[in-house]
Amino acid sequence: MSRIAPCAARAREQERGLLIPYLVAGDPDFATTLALMRELVARGADMIELGIPFSDPSSDGPVIQRGVERALAGGATLAGVLELARRFRDQDGRTPVILMGYLNPIEIMGYGEFTAGCARAGVDGVLVVDMPPAEAGDLPALLAGQGIDRIFLVSPTTTPGRAREIIEYTSGYLYYVSLKGVTGAALEDRESVAGNIAGLRKLTDLPIIIGFGIRDEETALAMNALGDGVIIGSALVEKIEQLPPEATGHPEAIGEAAELIGKVRRALDHDGKRVS
Amino acid sequence: MHEPAPELRREFSGPDESGHFGPYGGAFVGETLVRAVAELAEAYASLSAKPEFWREFDADLADYVGRPSPLYLAERLGEAWGGARIWLKREDLNHTGAHKINNTIGQALLAKHMGKTRLIAETGAGQHGVASATVAARMGLECHVYMGAEDIVRQAPNVYRMKLLGARVIAVESGSRTLKDAMNEALRDWATHVDDTYYIIGTVAGPHPYPRMVRDFQSVIGREARRQFLERTGVLPDALVACVGGGSNAIGLFHPFLGDSDVAMYGVEAAGRGLDTPDHAAPLCAGRPGVLHGNRTYLMTDEHGQILDTHSVSAGLDYPGVGPEHAWLKDLERVRYVGATDRETLEAFHQLTRLEGIIPALESSHALAWAGRLAAKMKSGQNLLVNLSGRGDKDIEAVARLEGADFGTV
Ligand SMILES: Cc1ncc(COP(=O)(O)O)c(C=O)c1O
Repeated sequence: MSRIAPCAARAREQERGLLIPYLVAGDPDFATTLALMRELVARGADMIELGIPFSDPSSDGPVIQRGVERALAGGATLAGVLELARRFRDQDGRTPVILMGYLNPIEIMGYGEFTAGCARAGVDGVLVVDMPPAEAGDLPALLAGQGIDRIFLVSPTTTPGRAREIIEYTSGYLYYVSLKGVTGAALEDRESVAGNIAGLRKLTDLPIIIGFGIRDEETALAMNALGDGVIIGSALVEKIEQLPPEATGHPEAIGEAAELIGKVRRALDHDGKRVS
Repeated sequence: MHEPAPELRREFSGPDESGHFGPYGGAFVGETLVRAVAELAEAYASLSAKPEFWREFDADLADYVGRPSPLYLAERLGEAWGGARIWLKREDLNHTGAHKINNTIGQALLAKHMGKTRLIAETGAGQHGVASATVAARMGLECHVYMGAEDIVRQAPNVYRMKLLGARVIAVESGSRTLKDAMNEALRDWATHVDDTYYIIGTVAGPHPYPRMVRDFQSVIGREARRQFLERTGVLPDALVACVGGGSNAIGLFHPFLGDSDVAMYGVEAAGRGLDTPDHAAPLCAGRPGVLHGNRTYLMTDEHGQILDTHSVSAGLDYPGVGPEHAWLKDLERVRYVGATDRETLEAFHQLTRLEGIIPALESSHALAWAGRLAAKMKSGQNLLVNLSGRGDKDIEAVARLEGADFGTV
């Protein structure tokens, strides 16, 4: 069964925002990603979103594009990502792992084999960026059959009627895209986020996690105040870009990259205590 | 609006309401673009139901593009090849030099009706970029064209034409730096400027409604050709041949003939250095179904689902996907998809130039290369119609470079 709901329930009980780092699996190699995942959890990540590298990431900005290019240059494949998730799961039975990616690698592997692989690897949720619910075929049912959550995006351009439809397909959490644009863009229109989240609250009890454009304590606090947590992607991938070669031999460098999440964790926790 | 096309069998009458041709097509886009794509589908459905829209379209094609384009009997070429008579549908004579303008005229009208002020486009050979910059200039709209850095080098004359027309050309340095990467970048731009921007896709690919809409605009080619052919010969052609990049000139020619079951159709993909090498751009001949750029279709993808780098001598065919309707027509076996290599293509390029005084685009030369092989196997009374999708002015520098000729000396 997915670990996402229990994780979200714990955070709710403790009145703390969920903190979810995103990193590209295999950037620049799987050993580094595994070391980073452990370090991120140690520094307060509640869940981890693992990006499946794809050659044509048309919803991503330049930072994640470069991360994907590094991962592919290192030979990353979807099968390798599943193996990475499994190795993480062997060491950490508690932290939810969500795979996020584009449809083609999953389509070529086959929905059945992909779902079985996720189940074996202890993956808790799947988000396919370019697969709206209407085009999802039998993938949601297959994932549901294995107790794996189906995460979908809601964006500033989503109409209320469509949000209702998306929510029907969604489990685990709802991913609210904070801006019109690609990953790594600047968060400009904060007011519209507040209004849109308020609208979504009327439609669902699912945790609403906000992502895109969140890159430091300040943006994380502002967005966490509106939702149930935040996702930090490009800002972390930027740190990973600066890792020295053979980074697994430099645990201090890995720790330094992951410390972005440590800082945001402390800011969110401090904020939580103040509020309660 | 137009003269009635022959009744289509149900399987040829796609797409369905949500944009599917059998298992292909659809609208696989990120959430930020879902509404934009749906609004476009609605706007097109409502406008295309109005005769005034098509009157405006037809008037622009007549007065601005110069349609109808001629149907030309290439006698010396036919003699050289032996066998069938060779007819050329002269899309190369259109304003801006290719079929691409038929589509940009239609989409610009749509953009105007939707109140969009900013046009974006992707381009490979630069023909679609030029056609987009052209309609933008004519309508006083802002135009941004994404073009792979590699294609900018290969198609320099077109880059300058776009600039002269007032468009901003943006070099795309990511991925393989060709057409597919330009399309990724255009999709990113669209998601970022979704409120005021109209994305003019240049071929029958992308999310619904593009494959249908672009086909409808390009079908003027086949409607004209069918009428012209009947007028000139009293019969229908025995076979049609067109090159296939994304597939817009091919579907434009084929679609009005789909109901004519005696007319054979051949789509010619870029076989590059050979279909048995990795260096080609022939997803229908040598790829498999997957999802890219908003639709399910045949793709050049490896066993891990990564999109493969493609190769073709012609930038306009250098694309790893193909329109979903072609994927469906392949599975239905209504159209046969074949390949022409770089070498065969260059040979055909020179042949048409020398024998008929027509310099064809390298894209169109692929269709000619296959047509030559096909014609030789046909009987002398038979007729072969080739879509000459564009002229080769943009390519002469590239051809000189490829053949080590000294460009500019006598
Ligand atoms: C002259 C010409 N023909 C054909 C093509 C290929 O596009 P399509 O397959 O959509 O007709 C291009 C693309 O740039 C072109 O410029």
